[in-house]
Amino acid sequence: MTDKPPRRIAGIVAATGETPIFEVGGRVKVMTRAPVGHYRVPTYLRGKVGVVDAVIEPAAVDNEEEAYGRNAGSRRHYYRISVPMTSIWPGYAGSPRDDLRIEVFETWLERI
Amino acid sequence: MSDHDHQHPHAEIVHAERPGYYDIMETAVRELLIEKHLFGPEEIRRQIEVLDSRTPALGAKVVARAWIDPEFRSRLLADGRAGCEELGITFYDDTQLIVLENTDAVHNLIVCTLCSCYPRPVLGLPPDWYKLKAYRSRAVYEPRAVLAEFGTHIPDDVEVRVSDSTAIVRYLVLPKRPDGTEHYSEEQLAALVTRDAMIGVIPVTIGSGQ
Repeated sequence: MTDKPPRRIAGIVAATGETPIFEVGGRVKVMTRAPVGHYRVPTYLRGKVGVVDAVIEPAAVDNEEEAYGRNAGSRRHYYRISVPMTSIWPGYAGSPRDDLRIEVFETWLERI
Repeated sequence: MSDHDHQHPHAEIVHAERPGYYDIMETAVRELLIEKHLFGPEEIRRQIEVLDSRTPALGAKVVARAWIDPEFRSRLLADGRAGCEELGITFYDDTQLIVLENTDAVHNLIVCTLCSCYPRPVLGLPPDWYKLKAYRSRAVYEPRAVLAEFGTHIPDDVEVRVSDSTAIVRYLVLPKRPDGTEHYSEEQLAALVTRDAMIGVIPVTIGSGQ
């Protein structure tokens, strides 16, 4: 027996949403949208730029859809992103290294 | 509460206020759901029992275990929910848990700016101040001022990291183990760990938990 990791089988195509679109360390922008109804992205973060700190596994239902009873077919990843406080609040009182972490659903993020 | 043979006199406890808008709405929705057989009164009672069984004492046990068992600590930091489940703490609400470790370089604080997301399976119900707009807005806008009001002063060379809990992830702060507790047992350690320390507004100290 050897401890070699199992080799992945080639040629498998993942369905949309199965694999995360963004990777840890990637820069992302929170979209500027103003949806009517239930939302989970606080307004103070819209349009802000952050870095992906972690991919939340496993993929999960979009809470914004779930609020309307649509619980199937919308599984994608949430990402824990890191945003510097000084980039959110002009005149932030505190250390420039202070930051905010938040989990954001994939459809709210764009790569920059 | 059954301890009603205490000595001090007080006014009879009565429910004199008329129910508010949301009280009436909650009653109406609950009655409708029961009437439509979507769930029964027994399930509501049961869920209250589930919530009542969750208190900060559970979180304190998780923290104390992480302090004395480095391997458990690594597993807990890698997957908070699985770590708590090892100790028998079930997650009845489909949330994930990230355990945030306070270190000499980082101080963690948790908040839910949108409502009152909170690691209920491990800590029970949040304190009232956690749900107030003042805390929810100021914790992300001026966390150091909020911490100072709790008596917690974080040096400038320590990062304040605020986690805003808004969707499927809940957070639990793993406070720093206080100096001078090297000889403490797991139970003695757990007794020091308070709810507020696991939210991140105060540190754990030898005098805390009293």
